[in-house]
Amino acid sequence: MNDQQLLLLAVMLPFGGAIGIMLCHRWPNLREAVTLVTATGVCVVVFNIYMLFSDGVELTAEIARPLPGLSLGLEVEPLGMSFALVASVLWLITSIYSIGYMRGRDKQNQTRFYALFAIAIGSTLGAAFAGNLLSLFLFYEILTVSTYPLVAHAGTNKARRGARTYVGILLASSIMLLLFAILITYTAAGSLDFQRGGILAGKLDPASAGLLYALFVFGTAKAAVMPFHQWLPAAMVAPTPVSALLHAVAVVKVGVFTILKITVYIFGTDFITRSGASDWLIWFAGGTILLASFIAMTRDNLKLRLAYSTISQLSYIVLGALLATNISLVGSALHISMHAFAKITLFFAAGAILVATNKSDVSDMGGLGRAMPITFGAFLIGSLSIIGLPPFGGMWSKWYLALGTVETGQWLLLSVLLLSSLLNIAYLLPVPVRGFFGKTSDNASYSGIKEAPPSCLAAMIITSLACVLLFLYPDPFYELALNAFGGN
Amino acid sequence: MIDIILDHYNYWIVIFLMMSGFYTVISQGNLIKKIAGINIFQTSVFLLYISIGYVDDGTPPIIAEGYTTYANPLPHVLILTAIVVGVSTTALGLALVIRIKEAYSTIEEDEIHDKDKSL
Amino acid sequence: MIEQNLSLLLVIIPLLSAPVTAILPNARSAWLLTLAVTWTCLILAGWQITLVTDGSIISYELGGWSPPWGIEYRIDAMNAFVALIVSGIAAITLPYALLSVEKEIPLEKIPLFYSAFQLCLVGLLGIAQTGDVFNLFVFLEISSLSSYALIAMGEQRRSLTAAYQYLIMGTIGATFLLIGIGLIYAETGTLNMLDLNQRLQPILDHRTVHTGFAFIVVGIALKLALFPLHLWLPNAYKYAPSVISVFLAATATKVAVYIMLRMVFGVFSDEFVRKTPTDHMFLLLGAFGVIMASATAIYQRDVKRLFAYSSIAQVSYIVLGIGLSSVLGVTAALVHVFNHALMKGALFMACGALVYRLGSSRFENLNGVGRQMPWTCVAIFIASLSLIGIPGTAGFISKWYFVLAALEQESWPIALVILLGSLLAVGYVWKIVELLFLRPASDSTATVGEAPAALLVPMWLLVIANIYFGFNTELTVNVADTAARMLGLGMNHE
Repeated sequence: MNDQQLLLLAVMLPFGGAIGIMLCHRWPNLREAVTLVTATGVCVVVFNIYMLFSDGVELTAEIARPLPGLSLGLEVEPLGMSFALVASVLWLITSIYSIGYMRGRDKQNQTRFYALFAIAIGSTLGAAFAGNLLSLFLFYEILTVSTYPLVAHAGTNKARRGARTYVGILLASSIMLLLFAILITYTAAGSLDFQRGGILAGKLDPASAGLLYALFVFGTAKAAVMPFHQWLPAAMVAPTPVSALLHAVAVVKVGVFTILKITVYIFGTDFITRSGASDWLIWFAGGTILLASFIAMTRDNLKLRLAYSTISQLSYIVLGALLATNISLVGSALHISMHAFAKITLFFAAGAILVATNKSDVSDMGGLGRAMPITFGAFLIGSLSIIGLPPFGGMWSKWYLALGTVETGQWLLLSVLLLSSLLNIAYLLPVPVRGFFGKTSDNASYSGIKEAPPSCLAAMIITSLACVLLFLYPDPFYELALNAFGGN
Repeated sequence: MIDIILDHYNYWIVIFLMMSGFYTVISQGNLIKKIAGINIFQTSVFLLYISIGYVDDGTPPIIAEGYTTYANPLPHVLILTAIVVGVSTTALGLALVIRIKEAYSTIEEDEIHDKDKSL
Repeated sequence: MIEQNLSLLLVIIPLLSAPVTAILPNARSAWLLTLAVTWTCLILAGWQITLVTDGSIISYELGGWSPPWGIEYRIDAMNAFVALIVSGIAAITLPYALLSVEKEIPLEKIPLFYSAFQLCLVGLLGIAQTGDVFNLFVFLEISSLSSYALIAMGEQRRSLTAAYQYLIMGTIGATFLLIGIGLIYAETGTLNMLDLNQRLQPILDHRTVHTGFAFIVVGIALKLALFPLHLWLPNAYKYAPSVISVFLAATATKVAVYIMLRMVFGVFSDEFVRKTPTDHMFLLLGAFGVIMASATAIYQRDVKRLFAYSSIAQVSYIVLGIGLSSVLGVTAALVHVFNHALMKGALFMACGALVYRLGSSRFENLNGVGRQMPWTCVAIFIASLSLIGIPGTAGFISKWYFVLAALEQESWPIALVILLGSLLAVGYVWKIVELLFLRPASDSTATVGEAPAALLVPMWLLVIANIYFGFNTELTVNVADTAARMLGLGMNHE
């Protein structure tokens, strides 16, 4: 197999897996085996691509050429490589987790669940390896459509409403703003290729560049910059593995990843700095960071609280992109991976609590930590990593982002970042604190409550260990980020 | 002014027929009367075409010695086709009206509308 | 031999077999003959398009009378493209028709049904082939008359009133066209399109020419169901037999689009369009049509009606493309003619499958049917994504070109209207998606089975075509581009 096929395989394998899963719908064990084998396979393939890539091999593949002069193609570049690594590893872990979770909750339509999950991951990898803006948009939309049934999985009125908000905002913004922006870019630049230094420099006047950039930032609603964030809390009606992988990692990270790519490879950091395209947008990002944190504090439902936390954290990444300096971009790229591992741990824990105790409100969780020490321990680690304390991976990304604000002299933004970290403490830490030290709320005894199913526990342990490991050994991601932005 | 009206009297007839036919189609609720309106409307177009073929001092388009100016036969041929089309449309329309009468036992538009609504 | 007479054979074969079909003794033999005829037409149309994609022209003189006296069939890329769409949809509809027609049409009338179907095909193919404006009118009436009859064969009595309404509107439209043709004939003395075009250029500012143009455009707009002349369409599509909904939705308005393009740019010229307020009128009506029809679609309570309104909206996109009167705009319009035929073909086939199993296409009877009829409902889903214009589907390619054409002329409002139309499409599509997949099944839908394979296979062929032509646009875009250039567009401003 040559290198091109390897790249195609990474994207096609999950789609193939989805077909396999559908074919095995009569035999649940076989079906789950297909999921695991596919996930492992994808991991192996992506690691191979990583090895080739770090050896300096250039990998590209063309899927089709739907429009004259525009191809749908794949290309490996550092930013996408690190995103693909995160997504493929976490898919494998989430697969292990979801088997325990879905069986524990005895959910309906599990075949559809696993098949669409695989398709969603396939399109995430496609987005990560997208060779130009058109391909990125293609996978962006497939991701939206394929995750819709996952959000609506429960089939209740509430799920239906949530899913409607979800798909409504994501599709509407992508059609009205993102597609519009892509077409304007194509009309102005005559190409949609990703190039270092951008393709728009010198082709737009500063005012239009600012507007176009705003279209991109808000059009990529997956990045959940306020006021286009409402879909993410709405998506929390989905089963926990979906929230964990898709709405803390895959979907939202495709959003911020798109913004990063556009910043670096379509506009070019120089052009953004010179034209001042992002001068007023950074305040949207900064505002989102703070507002979302405040809202998170008021939410009692644990998953909702995590959702708002995600919105806030995503804007860190967007902010890094908008500042458009090398250091802030490195911080953004690192934050994609760091936040992914930390947030998925939190969601895993939230799901484990739901499976074991059927509780979803923070106020009901007093004393629960004593019955479920591993779950709450993992939650604590995840929280600390998100807050950005050593010895956890989250520290690195926040460090670089803060450096970025210092470098550009945005002292106000620096204080936003610091204040937000304090707020993180205020809304995340009460959960484990209450769990370990709080009183049981209604004198109910937790004698009947055990830890979550072993597969859930295993997944949590792995991701929380990863949070530590990424503190000690962030090098692969750091080098990829440096490779992406350090060159110029 | 009078001359213009008198010289083109055929076109005035065309316009009059056209408008009255068109008005009948729009204003009448009776399905048969609508068809009649359509017919009048189409007839005006037949007249229009026939008028186009007229040539000053022209004779019928038959080749014979001594006649060099004759009416343009093409519009007449065309309009024969259009008449055939018109007849078939009328036939089909009337057939539909019969079927509607069988199904609704009325051919008044508003009554048909009421019957559909009451379902 | 065949290649020389290709253009005529395409029309003559169904014309000759239609009366034969009418006297065949039973339903199956009528179906078989029609199947053979449609596939023959498809092969001929496919052959024909290979001869003209490079920009060459086939000129066929009927009865050996040379133009401009005789009738000329003049095939360029656009004619061949439209003929291919019409015969392709007819050929794919026929396998689907077997079961659907036997269920919806009384057995003794089936040969007559297929006979009328072939006549309709004759009319549509004839329009696509001919190079003579009066001949075009005759073919238009052949297709219209047979489609009135076909619509009236629907199961409910309302199909009769729908057909009647269509007959009145259609006849007014055709008569308008006839008046317009008469007026420009009076000015030029010719009926051949090419000849007309040349003779009209020096007299473009004559008032008779303007009047003729107005009559022609309004007449075609009625056939096209251009907003606000669209009122006949929803009922006609809704109450027609399923097969006819498929066939008409995918072809009839498309052929009307072709007539519009041919008349406006081929007979008159883009210079004329720009001199008069025509282009602004098209843009205005198209924009209103997109928004009003899409918004109306959201409030429908019946899938067939909903998709009928969506058809009006899609036609309005095409009119926007025409109104931009540039190569890119007309390319977008033609690409969308093709892609929309694929989408609506698949969608109405799926609606037909729902009617086949459930006897109704009303919302209240379709709750949660996605679990029982997954293939049908997933087909609706994918074709609807194409309707919205999600990348990876044919619909995306059309949307892409439409917006690009609008941006090329910096018509920002038009670009936004096109995107807004997609947004409204998300609204009505998602209503259906929720209905089919997320609502709890009612008694009637809980026990129903999947549609038979004979309905599913053609439906899925079109669904797959929707995806295929979203990735491979060599046929659609190239042919549309060649056709747009051959209309003489963009001469003055490229």
